[in-house]
Amino acid sequence: MIATLWFCLIAIMIAGYVILDGFDLGAGMIHLFVTRNEEERQRVLRSIGPVWDGNEVWLLAAGGTLYFAFPALYAAAFSGFYLALMLVLWLLILRGVAIELRSHVESPLWRPFWDLVFGGASTLLALLFGVALGNVVRGVPLDSNGYFFIPLWTDLVPGSDAGIVDWYTLLIGLASLSALAVHGACWVAYKTSGDLQTRSRAFGAKIWWVVVLLTAVITFVSYQLQPNIAKEFSDRPWGVIFPVLALAGLLGMRIAGARGRDLGAFLCSSLYLTGMLTSVTFGVYPYVLPSNVGPATALTVTNAAAAEYGLWIGLWWWIPGMLLAGVYSFFVYRHFAGKVES
Amino acid sequence: MDSALAVDRLHFAFTVTFHYLFPQLTMGLALLIVILKTVALKTGNDRYNQAARFWVRIFAINFAIGVVTGIPMEFQFGTNWAHFSRSAGGVIGQTLAMEGVFSFFLESTFLGLFVFGEKRLSPMMHWFSAFLVFLGSWLSGFFIIATDAWMQHPVGYQLGSGDNILLQSFWGLILNPWTLWQYLHNMIAAVVTASFVMASIGAYYVLAGRFEEHGRIFVRTGVVAGTLATLAMLFPTGDGQGRMIAEHQPVTLAAMEGLFETESGAPIVLVGQPDTQRLQLDNPILVPRALSFLTYRRWEAVVQGLKDFPRDQWPDNIPLLYYSYHIMVGLGTFLILLMLLCAWWLWRGRLYGSKPLLWALMLALPFPYIATTAGWMTAELGRQPWLVYGLMRTADGASPRVSAANGLFTLIGFMGLYLVLGVLFLFLIHREVDHGPAVEIGGGAR
Repeated sequence: MIATLWFCLIAIMIAGYVILDGFDLGAGMIHLFVTRNEEERQRVLRSIGPVWDGNEVWLLAAGGTLYFAFPALYAAAFSGFYLALMLVLWLLILRGVAIELRSHVESPLWRPFWDLVFGGASTLLALLFGVALGNVVRGVPLDSNGYFFIPLWTDLVPGSDAGIVDWYTLLIGLASLSALAVHGACWVAYKTSGDLQTRSRAFGAKIWWVVVLLTAVITFVSYQLQPNIAKEFSDRPWGVIFPVLALAGLLGMRIAGARGRDLGAFLCSSLYLTGMLTSVTFGVYPYVLPSNVGPATALTVTNAAAAEYGLWIGLWWWIPGMLLAGVYSFFVYRHFAGKVES
Repeated sequence: MDSALAVDRLHFAFTVTFHYLFPQLTMGLALLIVILKTVALKTGNDRYNQAARFWVRIFAINFAIGVVTGIPMEFQFGTNWAHFSRSAGGVIGQTLAMEGVFSFFLESTFLGLFVFGEKRLSPMMHWFSAFLVFLGSWLSGFFIIATDAWMQHPVGYQLGSGDNILLQSFWGLILNPWTLWQYLHNMIAAVVTASFVMASIGAYYVLAGRFEEHGRIFVRTGVVAGTLATLAMLFPTGDGQGRMIAEHQPVTLAAMEGLFETESGAPIVLVGQPDTQRLQLDNPILVPRALSFLTYRRWEAVVQGLKDFPRDQWPDNIPLLYYSYHIMVGLGTFLILLMLLCAWWLWRGRLYGSKPLLWALMLALPFPYIATTAGWMTAELGRQPWLVYGLMRTADGASPRVSAANGLFTLIGFMGLYLVLGVLFLFLIHREVDHGPAVEIGGGAR
């Protein structure tokens, strides 16, 4: 029971990360397309400048929480996806450096260079996070000791000797890429005004169609690929609420966007991301890392969890700690509320 | 370099050594910035606000590099040390997760407010956000030290099935006696680094005849804080840490000191090379009986030598451990003497006119970094051959499925990336120092 509770709490933290750092990544992806000059690029960067670091902390906090609650999962997944994770680390470094250092030097060489790094790293990160999620759905070849190692790619077919990237995980990666691009466009539209806002809205509205298409495709393919999804949804039909939330978010984004309600569109996009993530989480449960070479070696909520005493103790600091974090976030978002002035 | 274990060890050693160059400054500087802001608030002297703004810019660059190089540390527990993570994650995952939840959110939120918000916040609120950044970074240090202290001296656990180490007492883990001394010793080392950096850049400004008034504030603040901090490094924190090692890791003490034979009235070695083949110390220069006295407070106390311990308990790189420890102590002694001399001259009102002392302060900049790095090498090499002292050997902790080739690939990647980061860092710090303490309020075009 307590392990399932932590499974849910970590899912919430990951959703928090995707919603919050998702718009930073999205802003990074689209900023080269929606801006026309240095002043506009500065506005995009200032819309995330005071908050991106705090948003990234959600990843670290989620990682730490995963580490203590499901040590066997942390150990297996991090060593098994070794190369992909190292790429993520390098891209996180490059993105952070690009955001922090670009403003230090005024030069026609310095700033465009870091803008390119920022855009490229954000795009690849969004793609890789999607690929990672795809791997969790597809399953990995866990051995009898509970470990695995897979190369970055093999023959791009999602069978038992698949690499980290195959056509299925790449598809999820593209879905993540487009969803976060729209998410970022909603954020930039909400935080800016004038031409930049107009272009961001238009850009988001175009990519939205890609999101619709990919959502339909990945839903269908995932259903075929991971039998546990169908089983979970028929065993616990109330879980259908999660895909419904995603669908509502997807439609709401369009409606709010068309009426120029940028905050509404951003919140709907957040709802869509949450709905998609919770649907996946729900569909994979009770597995935390399915095996694609037979269910005997799969990691589940039960066999990957830490001892009960530690899990109960964890609630005593996690709940007040995350409430405090919520208060800080509220404080800082309120402080920097409103449009970024030009 | 064809063994995965060697690659994994070097991977962690390289990335953590580079990473810690930055937090050791930001943790100490956070305290000094709070002090500068407090003086500004109390006296209304705007020079101190300008000084604080200058150091916030240095802080922000260091913080950014510290953050981006810090993320790989948490990840590497899983990527390269999977077996250790699976066994001990239920214990040290607690402190690592608490670091994320309690300090990273606090630090990152209020750093944003502190750096970007000076125009919008009241002076009191701006001071308060500086204080919360300080609090967040020192909390972060606590959780990391608590994690390392548990690996040095595991408490509050019980052994489970397989290799699993289970948490038995949360407060046992948090209140580990090892944590107290290691935390104080480490945090004061951070204040030493920050004090020397501040005094060094101040000395540069005074000597170069640029921003002299600010330079004097930097020298004064750095020397006063540095004198207190270097003394506290030695006593009580260094002494306390040393006696922890004597009590719980006696074989480590013997290796650090290059003591092969068990002796009553053991000496301290100032210089010498430990020969682990012939089991003797070459070319020794000794202070007789000092080790016995410092460790047990009795001149004739018996200190166990390496030969008294089974070979498989010895740290696996005794010469490097021995040199790390001696470099830390040697540089530490030099830093204390330099700060005392500067403090004395400052008190007599002659420091700003003393070119030799200002030159010495300016050139001393790398030494606290080297001493701190050597100190951490002493701690981590001294823990070998254990990953968790007495419970899990380092050789058993690495990821079973990550090959040496993959490890080496990413190690080389990190080396290249960190070389670029290091060059960028020096370039930007040079620009900030050259630009000097600005008069206008910071923030702006970011």
